[in-house]
Amino acid sequence: MLQTNKLHFSYTGAQTLTFPDFTCAKGEQWLLLGQSGSGKTTLLHLLGGLLSPTKGSVKIGETDLKSLSTAALDKFRGKNVGIIFQKAHFVKSLTVQENLILAQQLAGVAIDKQRIADLLNRLNVGHKLHAKTNELSQGEQQRVAIARAIVNQPTVILADEPTSALDDENCEEVIRLLEEQAAAVGATLLVVTHDGRLKERFEKQIKI
Amino acid sequence: MNLFKLSWKNLINNPLSMTLSLVLFALGVGLISLLLILNKQLQDQFDKNLAGINLVVGAKGSPLQLILSSMYHIDSPTGNIPLKSAKALMNPKHPLIEQAIPLSMGDSHQGYRIIGSTYDLVDLYDGKVGTGKLWSKDMEVTIGATVADKLGLKLGDGFYSSHGLIIDDNLVHDDAPQFKVAGIFQPTGAVLDQLILTNTQSIWKVHDSHDHEDGDTHEEGHDGHDHEEHDHDDHEGHDHEGHDHDDHAGHNHDNHEGHDHEEATVAPEMIPTNDALLANADQSITSLLIKFRNNNYRTLNMQRNINENTEMQAATPAFEINRLYSMMGTGTDALQMLAYVIVFVSGLSIFISLFSSLRERKYELALMRVMGSSPSKLFVLIILEGLILAILGYVIGIALSHIGMEILAKYMSDAYRYSFSGAMFLKEELYLLLGALGIGFIAAIIPAFQAKNTDISRTLGK
Repeated sequence: MLQTNKLHFSYTGAQTLTFPDFTCAKGEQWLLLGQSGSGKTTLLHLLGGLLSPTKGSVKIGETDLKSLSTAALDKFRGKNVGIIFQKAHFVKSLTVQENLILAQQLAGVAIDKQRIADLLNRLNVGHKLHAKTNELSQGEQQRVAIARAIVNQPTVILADEPTSALDDENCEEVIRLLEEQAAAVGATLLVVTHDGRLKERFEKQIKI
Repeated sequence: MNLFKLSWKNLINNPLSMTLSLVLFALGVGLISLLLILNKQLQDQFDKNLAGINLVVGAKGSPLQLILSSMYHIDSPTGNIPLKSAKALMNPKHPLIEQAIPLSMGDSHQGYRIIGSTYDLVDLYDGKVGTGKLWSKDMEVTIGATVADKLGLKLGDGFYSSHGLIIDDNLVHDDAPQFKVAGIFQPTGAVLDQLILTNTQSIWKVHDSHDHEDGDTHEEGHDGHDHEEHDHDDHEGHDHEGHDHDDHAGHNHDNHEGHDHEEATVAPEMIPTNDALLANADQSITSLLIKFRNNNYRTLNMQRNINENTEMQAATPAFEINRLYSMMGTGTDALQMLAYVIVFVSGLSIFISLFSSLRERKYELALMRVMGSSPSKLFVLIILEGLILAILGYVIGIALSHIGMEILAKYMSDAYRYSFSGAMFLKEELYLLLGALGIGFIAAIIPAFQAKNTDISRTLGK
């Protein structure tokens, strides 16, 4: 479902990063551990098609990301990859609901307000449907970000340090929700972190 | 949530900078549009009222003032000229002059000017009587459509004229006979709408019935009739040369004289013609509107002759009006420059506000890419923001200029009795829209390229 093959990447003028090959099957949940500066975020961006590797390939499902044009890759990512960032970003001029509608629309998926409402309810932020995103607390923002990542029922969910800014309680909550929601849509989940609190929760781990 | 809506939401999310851009843009567009419609309407009014007049002859003074007062009825007359002096020019057999229309003015009613003239003046402006008839007796008037409308005058209504051209109860000629409305003209869109027309004799009648101590415009210029002889000789000599003399000249003279006397005795019922006026040689008129048979060096000579050898002056409307345009032109040019500068600054303001908003929004632009938006979509998104600002600014600007014109029209019609309108749209305003769109596009293009080239990984990795 998510497969890497001899991934290399180098920023201009910097040393080349090499990443181990790994394969995550459908519905599996993985933890990717590494110290700061080890290239975790770079790897996540390579997996999500935000960066293209200097060498090697990333396959999601049967699609090799390298084979797609920029616009096609954007569409593909919108539909098949949900990404959660360390800090939740939104389109500030839009409400929570509108942000989720935008996610559906940009991915070329039919707008489904019922699904959005259900999803937000499940994540306990249903009452913030019409709030602007900057009116939300950090925990709420991260939950809306999760909702946005899974609203299009992606095949892969990538989470970049989703818990590092959260206290223990919220950390527990967010990771539980991620696991639940990934399972609910049958997506492969890959959490990239250096957060030691998560080590015990995942059986399958990759270290870089 | 299409791109247009998203652009709009982004704009109103930052109301202050949007308002600044809009206000600047609307000011620039509004000023340009206002100048366009004002210029256009002024020129239309001037052109419409030129009515083929080649020369205006009146008392000495400013030639522009003579033209403005006699043709556009907006300035005070320069004074009066004795009929004796004007007589030669009013001869229907004059070799150079096809038509000479006498005007007597200086009186008004509620700010609308009363003009004593002949039916020729009506024909000059293509005036058609809507209700009632043309004046046929002394003290009968036929009034312009605007006068009837604004003053609520109806057929058969009477009024006293007032001395001078301003509304002043102390100057009402209430010891003179009353004017009576005999007819109302159909609207012409020209200066006729603003006038009260009667025969020349009625004006004399009002002024004969009493004496003004000031008497400025009416008594002036009674001396110096001698020059006129010169003119007369000149043209009579010519008459004899050019045409079969004997019977013609003789007949002509007879006819003239006989006519005059006859008309004078049947006075009240007469058809107002120049001949009838000429019987009252000791009276005076304000000016003559003259149409030439042909415009050539002899007409030029005649004009110079009048200006150099008589107490009258002759002025060319087209020339004076062009002089007026060029005087106004300096002002409008400066305003136009200012308007273009404002438009340029507003373009700059759109550019700066888009550019700085991009810096705040670079995360969300990257995020939109992550969610499936292509780079070109981001490009269009930003371009749309520029275009929306331009269109809104244009609409507000056009609205402002037309509302402003309407207010100005109200003021101008009070001050000059001319009607202007804010409900007039020009083809140039369509070009202005294209220009506005162009500025919106150009202002947005650099920010749009920046948005298109957003490096998502670098932006989101931070």
